This record gives sequence, C-alpha cells and structure tokens, in this order.
Amino acid sequence: MTLISLWYGQNHGLLPIAASSDAGDVDELFNFMMTIATGLFLLVEGVLVYSVIKFRRKKGDTTDGPPVEGNVPLEIVWTAIPTVIVFVLSIYSFEIYNRMGGLDPMASSDPGPNLAHVGHHSELVALDPSQQNIALGLGVSPESNQDVAPLEVKVNGIQYAWVFTYPETGVISGEIHVPVNRPVALNMTAGDVIHAFWLPEFRIKQDVIPGRETKLVFTANQLGQYPVICAELCGAYHGGMKTQLYVQTQEDYDQWIQDNTFAMNESNESVAMNPATNPDAEFLAPYAEDMGVDANTLAQLKP
Amino acid sequence: MSTTLERNVPASPPPPEQNEHPQRKWYEYFLFSTDHKVIGIQYLVTAFFFYFIGGALAEVMRTELSTPDPDFVQPEFYNQLLTMHGTIMLFLWIIPAGAAFANYLIPLMIGAEDMAFPRLNGVAFWMIPPGGILLMSSFFNGAPQAGWTSYPPLSLVSGKSGEEIWILSILILGTSSMLGAFNFVTTILLMRMPDMDIHSMPLFCWSMLATSGLIIIGTPVLGAALILLSFDLIAGTAFFNPAGGGDPIVYQHMFWFYSHPAVYIMILPFFGAISEILPVHARKPIFGYRAIAYSSLAISFLGLIVWAHHMFSSGTPGWLRMFFMATTMIIAVPTGIKVFSWCATIWGGKLSLNSAFIFAVGFLSSFLIGGLSGVMLASVPFDIHVHDTYFIVAHFHYVLFGGSVFGLFAAVYHWFPKMTGRMVNETLGQIHFVMTFVGFNITFLPMHQLGLQGMNRRIALYDPQFQTLNMICTAGSYILALSTFPFIINIIWSCYKGKEAGRNPWKALTLEWQTSSPPIIENFEEEPVLWAGPYDYGIDTESIDGDEDVEDMLAAITAESR
Repeated sequence: MTLISLWYGQNHGLLPIAASSDAGDVDELFNFMMTIATGLFLLVEGVLVYSVIKFRRKKGDTTDGPPVEGNVPLEIVWTAIPTVIVFVLSIYSFEIYNRMGGLDPMASSDPGPNLAHVGHHSELVALDPSQQNIALGLGVSPESNQDVAPLEVKVNGIQYAWVFTYPETGVISGEIHVPVNRPVALNMTAGDVIHAFWLPEFRIKQDVIPGRETKLVFTANQLGQYPVICAELCGAYHGGMKTQLYVQTQEDYDQWIQDNTFAMNESNESVAMNPATNPDAEFLAPYAEDMGVDANTLAQLKP
Repeated sequence: MSTTLERNVPASPPPPEQNEHPQRKWYEYFLFSTDHKVIGIQYLVTAFFFYFIGGALAEVMRTELSTPDPDFVQPEFYNQLLTMHGTIMLFLWIIPAGAAFANYLIPLMIGAEDMAFPRLNGVAFWMIPPGGILLMSSFFNGAPQAGWTSYPPLSLVSGKSGEEIWILSILILGTSSMLGAFNFVTTILLMRMPDMDIHSMPLFCWSMLATSGLIIIGTPVLGAALILLSFDLIAGTAFFNPAGGGDPIVYQHMFWFYSHPAVYIMILPFFGAISEILPVHARKPIFGYRAIAYSSLAISFLGLIVWAHHMFSSGTPGWLRMFFMATTMIIAVPTGIKVFSWCATIWGGKLSLNSAFIFAVGFLSSFLIGGLSGVMLASVPFDIHVHDTYFIVAHFHYVLFGGSVFGLFAAVYHWFPKMTGRMVNETLGQIHFVMTFVGFNITFLPMHQLGLQGMNRRIALYDPQFQTLNMICTAGSYILALSTFPFIINIIWSCYKGKEAGRNPWKALTLEWQTSSPPIIENFEEEPVLWAGPYDYGIDTESIDGDEDVEDMLAAITAESR
C-alpha cells in the first residue's frame, strides 16, 4: 500500500508541465500530498471494502456484535498521526510559499484600496499611493539574485481581455512576451470587476481587483507558449477571457519589443487628421494615391 | 420496558394503543403546524422539491458543457443557471434538509414532547416556501448571474433585478435557519429527560448543538454583508464598490465568515445522522463516543476561524494566508478522528447491508475523498494553482454530495419507517444506491484532473482540449439524474404499500425507536424511561455463562430487586 502510494504520488500525470522552478516546487509539494492522500485513501477504502465483505451479518443471526466502545491507545494514535501530517504539510507549504516570494514584505502587506484615492491621502505613509511597490500577491523570492532587476509589466484586466503595458519601452499588447530565465514582475489591476490572472504552467494566480494593485513575480525557465486564463467570474464571457504568454529567448524577445515599438514611434506621417481643417484636395490625396487614381486617370474621364 | 413489550406484541395486527391515538390527517402537512414531526416532514419534502429543481438546472449546465462552445444556452443564461443551481442546492436543499432531521428527531431522541418554541418552529419552516418562490421568480426578469458567492463589483453590474431578489430571498432563508437553530440549542440544552445527562444523549444531538452554534454566530454576518450589498445595488452607496472608494475585499471577508461555517452547517447534521445509523445496522456501539462528540464542537469552533482559505489568491496579505492555512490544516484532525471512529464502528460488527447502511458506507467513502482534497487545498501554494478551477468544484461536490447528500439518503432510508410506519423496498433502495454512487463518481472524479490541467470554473465555453473529460462528466450526470427515479418510486410506493414497520424495525436503542411508528402526536404515551445508553449494543452477548439469554437475565434481576 505504501509502495502504491509512493508510486502514484510521483506518477499521477495530473498536472501540466512546470515552466518555472517555483512551479516545480509546487509540484513536489503536490506529489507529497498525493502520496499521503493515496495512502490514506487505500487504507480507509480498504477497511470499508473488507468490512462490508467480512463482517456481513450471517442470515438468521439476530444477536449483536461485540460491545467495543473505544480504544484509547488507538484513538491517540489516529489523532497524533494526522496532527503530525498536517503540521509537516503546513511547514512544507510555508517554505514553498516563502520561496515563491509570497512573504516578500513589498508584496504581502495590504495597503487597502488606494488607486481611487490618488491625491487624497498623500500625507498618510501607509496609504501612500505613490509607493507603487507595495501590493498584494507574490513578490520577489528571497533567494533570487537581488541585482537582477525584474522585467516590469503592467497588467490590466477588463471584461474580457488582458492588456499588457511595458513601462520601459512603452509597448502595449494583448499578449505577454517575456525573456526566458529573467524574473518578471507583473503589476496588475482591473478596470471594471474582479478578474484573476492565472498561469497554469507556472502554478501562480492572483486576483486583479479594481482600485487596488496586486503583484505576481515569476521566472520562466522553459521556452514556449502558455495560456493566460482569467480565474475569477467576471461576466458572461469569463470563459473566453484568455490570452497567451510567450517565453522567448532574449533575442526573440528583443525582436518582438522592437516590432511592437515600431508602432509606437513618433513618425511624421500622421495617422488621422481632422478633415475640417484641411482643404478637400489635401484630405483626399492619400485616398487617391491608395486607389491608384492620378492625374492620368482623371484626364481619361474628362471628355 | 420495551424488551418485554416486544415479546407481547403479536406480529401482524397493530398494537392496541395505536387505535386510541389520533393520527395526523394528510392536509395538516400543508398547514401551519407547531408539531415538530409535521414540521420536520414539511422541511424534508420541500427540500427534496428544490433538490429536483436544482438538479434539473445542473443537468442543463452539464448538457451545455458536453461541448466546448456555448451552443446549448447563451453564456449569460449559463451564468444564471450556475448561480441558481448553487444557491438552491445550498439554501433550499441541504440546509433545510438538515433542519428537517433536527426538527423531527431531537425531541424524540431526548424524550421531550416537542421543541422549546413550537410556534417559532412553524414560522421558521413557513419562511422557506416564500423564500424559495421569491428566488425562483428571479428567472422572469433575469436571474442573478454572479455566482452564489455574488462578489461585487460584478454582482453590482450584472443581472441587477435578479441580484436584488437573490439578496432578499437569502435574507429570508437565513432568518429561517437562525430561528431553527434557536430552537435546537434551547431544546437540546434544557429539555432532555431528567435521566439523560449530556454524555448520554445521542450523537445527532451533539452535532446539532455544534451546527446551531455556527448558524447563530455566522448567519448574522452574512445578513449584514447582503444588506450592505443591497444598499450598494439600489441606493448608490459604495461599501464594496471601488468606484466610490469602497472595498470589494471586505465583502469577501464578511461573506466567507458565514459561508465557511455554512459548509459545516451543511455537513454536521449528517455527521450526526451517520453516527446514529452505523451502530444500529452494525449492531455495535459507536466507537469513541466522546471523541466524536467533542470533535463536533471542535469543528464548530475551528470552522469560525478558517474562512479566508476561500481567499488565498484574492486581496489577502501573505501573513493572513499563512494564518488561515494553519487553522485550516488543523481542522483536518477532528474530521479525521470521526472518519476513523466510524470505520472502527463498522469493523467487527454484524453488518446488515440495507439501503440505509450502504448509503452510510457510500458517505464514508465519498466524504473521505472530499476531505483529502480539502487538506490539499489548505496548502496555500497548491490552492493558488487550483483556486477557481474544476478541482474546487470536484472537492465541494465530494463533500456536499458525497458527504451531505449520501448521508441524507441514508437518514431518509433509516428513519422512513419511523416517519411513516412502513418499510421501504430494499431492492429499489439498493438500485438507487448503485446508480447514485456510480453516477456521482463518474461525474465528479474527472473534475479533479480538469482543474489541475487548467480548466477554470463558472464558464460556458472552454478550451477544446478538455472536451473528452467533460463528456465523461456529463454522462455521469445523466446517470445521476436517472437515479432519482428508483428513489421517488420507492418512497411514494412505500408510503402506501410498504410493509408495516412496527415500533422498532431496526431494534435500535435510541428513544425515537421506543415509541410507535409514526409516533403519536405527544411523542410518548408515558414518561419515557431511559434503560440503556444510545449505543449499548452487544449487552446481550455480555454474559459470563454465555448460555443465558437476556429474558432470563432480566427476569432474574427483576426478581432480585423485589
């Protein structure tokens, strides 16, 4: 029974791939819990199945069973063992949570709703909305290299899409791209109702709450494309609120940034103009060029 | 004494006392009554009525979920279905069903004539049908669609008329629940027969004490949360609305402060029922009476300090998550004690595999799985991955359906003879069990994997990679739907044509079995006398010589005492 539990605990095949080292840690914790749970399951179900077969009342036997009312040593054992198990699980879970950055003081205190009060509370230190670092969620792991600055990405969840903004380059996109092996810090909020940012392959999730900033920090260690799923009921199309996380090499990531920044560059070509300020000819000129209408074409029309 | 009476009563004609006592007319069950037995049956039948409605909503949901696209119902309507399914199952099915058994059994088990406050009791029941009808009426103009948890801001911006109706109906149903709890606590503490000290009362009463404590402390907080939500919805306040400076997380704390104890309110009565049913059909005393009694109180107390484990990925700081992880882990211990004690009760007994007993065993096997997944969920890093996914749906259906509902069916089969004076058809009962057990596991076991793999919950459209597992779940749910038929046929048929049960068909020792079936209106013909503890099975085998039977021993003792 122990062997079955140990085997199944490691080989259940129930989780998707782990795309960060933190995810791997969470998986080890889950495997440990699965091992214990499988063992207990086999024990109790085994007792039940055995009892229902072995202790079935024989036909015609109307007498009672043995008057066993308790057994103090046994009861102590089956109180102590679960207590030890939950104690171990608590310590182990605490350790993993800490390693994931859950107890980072910058990311684990609750300053309360602050985004609605910009300007009102600037004299209060605790509620100072300019302290962008204080937020709820998972912060920087205590084991991480403090010199490596995480890539900051701002996340906004709205019905029914995710909008990602890269402050350092000004890129805005509906997908999130990150370089592999670099910590990424997501500073998140919501625009309307509560949503939740979930990366199954990274085992991290954090609600995004309007009026508040929440945070997630992770380091991807595998290239690939991973779903980003909204995990808090946000309306009728909650099921369709999904996007993709692309973990790329530094070069591919830089290329993507460049491709998207191109759209943000100031160019001399104006994208849109107010037709009222322009005489007709100037306004129509780009259309004419687009359609291939030029002086020759017009000349052919004139008799 | 019931032993000698059993000998004198002939097998077929009813005991002469029955004809002297008036029986209730059928229409009395549709009127305002102060008789706890009538009220108990009213609660039970009403609860089953809403069970079938809630179940029908679930079947529509599962049909939609057999394909990834929302092609059966519109996503908005799907969200209404899921909100109503959850709300009905919790507030109109399980909580009232627990109250049903509490009402029916407590006075009988403690030797009292009725509850402490019979009129309040009737009022408590009669709040349920209006509350239920009000809730159902929300479908006319759009039912609420923010889930039974109704988090703002979503609940303030979607399905508003339905949302307000939802709030009002929950306020009514919550009040009903509280009024019932006042009765249970007072009756159990103050109206036990003189010989029955608190450590001689049946464990069902202990579990109802624990349940009532939670109802009384928790429900007012839900009421407050919903009243504030209602103000936000209709009066433009901003308690929870961030746009006005409010905090939606405060709603979550207030909501879960009740709703976590609510789940213990939903399971504890059935824990108590199982503690009654197993000894009777195993012919063995309950193993560890004091452990089970005190663990019920422990679960009740601890249940009040674990609520934020529903918010591990929400607006909660890290230290708070750690605290609630610790308390949630601890609550596994008293629950485990109960499961082991029940197993030890069965072990070595003489098991009658009738419908009541097999449902009780089904309860144990299913609740175990739900409890194990629950301990996993106590771990914050793991919960962060599976929160708001089908893993959670699997967990709570295992504890609520696998736990409460299986326990409920066991209780129905066990006490049906007492309530109606007739036995159920055992074959139909066994068919019902097999279909329910198989259908239930096929429906909910794959959901663990769905959640782990990445399927979130409360969605009408999902990633096509999950379709195969979803189709399996839907197939299971159809089996579950069909399983209700043998049950309904059995109950209705047995009410009229079932074999006469007599006073004590199970030869049980608790007081409700020492009076007629159904009990006379005053419960007991004369002051009941407590001649045995509730679980003193095996006394008839406790004899030094081994050849003497009980009658001779009793005769000898009676002779000695003269």
